[in-house]
Amino acid sequence: MDFLSEHQPETLPGNRQLPPTQGVIEAPHGTTIVGVTFPGGVVLAGDRRATMGNVIAQRDIEKVFPADEYSAVGIAGTAGLAVEMVKLFQLELEHFEKVEGAQLSLEGKANRLSTMIRSNLGMAMQGLAVVPLFAGYDVDRERGRIFSYDVTGGRSEEHGFAATGSGSIFARGAMKKLFRDDLTEADATTLVVQALYDAADDDSATGGPDVARRIYPIVTVITEDGFRRLTEEESSEIARSILERRLEQPDGPRAALL
Amino acid sequence: MSTPFYVSPQQAMTDRAEFARKGIARGRSLVVLQYADGIVFIGENPSRALHKFSEIYDRIGFAAAGKYNEYENLRIAGVRYADLRGYTYDRDDVTARGLANVYAQTLGMIFSSAAEKPYEVELVVAEVGETPEGDQIYRLPHDGSIVDEHGSVAVGGNAEQISSYLDQRHQDGMSLAEALKLAVQALSRDTNGTQREIPAERLEVAVLDRTRPQVRKFRRITGRQLARLLEADGAATAAEAEADAEADAEGSGDEE
Repeated sequence: MDFLSEHQPETLPGNRQLPPTQGVIEAPHGTTIVGVTFPGGVVLAGDRRATMGNVIAQRDIEKVFPADEYSAVGIAGTAGLAVEMVKLFQLELEHFEKVEGAQLSLEGKANRLSTMIRSNLGMAMQGLAVVPLFAGYDVDRERGRIFSYDVTGGRSEEHGFAATGSGSIFARGAMKKLFRDDLTEADATTLVVQALYDAADDDSATGGPDVARRIYPIVTVITEDGFRRLTEEESSEIARSILERRLEQPDGPRAALL
Repeated sequence: MSTPFYVSPQQAMTDRAEFARKGIARGRSLVVLQYADGIVFIGENPSRALHKFSEIYDRIGFAAAGKYNEYENLRIAGVRYADLRGYTYDRDDVTARGLANVYAQTLGMIFSSAAEKPYEVELVVAEVGETPEGDQIYRLPHDGSIVDEHGSVAVGGNAEQISSYLDQRHQDGMSLAEALKLAVQALSRDTNGTQREIPAERLEVAVLDRTRPQVRKFRRITGRQLARLLEADGAATAAEAEADAEADAEGSGDEE
């Protein structure tokens, strides 16, 4: 393989010229990811649906991954490319940590992800975009932070809450009305599931909690103790309590008018 | 043009081995021991920043005696090898045996190549298994040979004496505190048989702990944790110190 890459790099799969395509390539896409900060940490959550056009490609896909001990990535966009990107990202963080003997700063991690997204721009122009949400606990500043990206690798820090993916508009609307500065960890985990519920309510590509199949959103919490993924019981507990309330109030909790 | 003196290959190899051995002997020794829950690395190291022990992969640790720049070079090559393997295939496909082989190749090549001076290093590559039977410890001397070790191993200056001391006293299923105590006793024996005191601040200690809930089993033991373990003489205190060490890891379970 090394020999090939030196002498005839164009024959390696990764270096072949992409054929010009008509329209959009059909590949599974991940949909909604939401993140919320609270004093002491940050919560990152994602729904479980992957779609391919108007077909549900997978009901139980996992789209939120730990990047290292103190950060996580949630992915929206072409699932195959995104999972690969996360794998490479995890590897880079771990590699740096082992070689240097210290972790990258949270800004450093966010910048690295930015470069990786930019390198995918060619694919993004063909409809295979990857747009992640990056959340982590900043050990130096002692608070949770969220970074959002666009397809060109543009990075911006979000304050309070953020969402990405096709259902993000609805999720962001819900979070805007529910977010407060003094949320507890339990409040924040409930808030993200509420936002995902609202996204699933209005966006066909986002999956809501599936009680029959016991598929619930993936909720992760990052605090100074590190990354933790809520167990299935914990997230089903949150999803069920929300479902129960929604039986009476289908649109969810109401914010005050003034 | 002058004709170089003839040196027999045998003589050349002996000289090179002698050179490497002397280099290694100048450094402080370090020991690697199996204990009930994993593998512990202990060495005397006045520096807190320049480590002798480090993590290579999930279950693999690395220890080295000798010249810092040379073993640091090998360590980084090892991390690269392991990370590349794990990324290309799977995390389970990175093994200590594979890594030890790569190190042996590299060391052997450098040792026998006339253009380079031999590396003055001696390495230990250890992998912690699911059970104590699955543990693997390899010692790699300067010339590129591999020695498969069990129980305990010492490398560095006073290695022979220390390892014979350890061989007599090491038992399977020791607790971490017991293993640590034994190692410190072994390290503090001087060549002439006298004992000297090694303060806790001068010790570098790391473990590959199979009970750790995370995938990455490597953990350094420093400061308060280390002091507690060194003081612990009863099994109860050892368990307490270990519980304290694990307190930072979420969902920790002491499966003893």
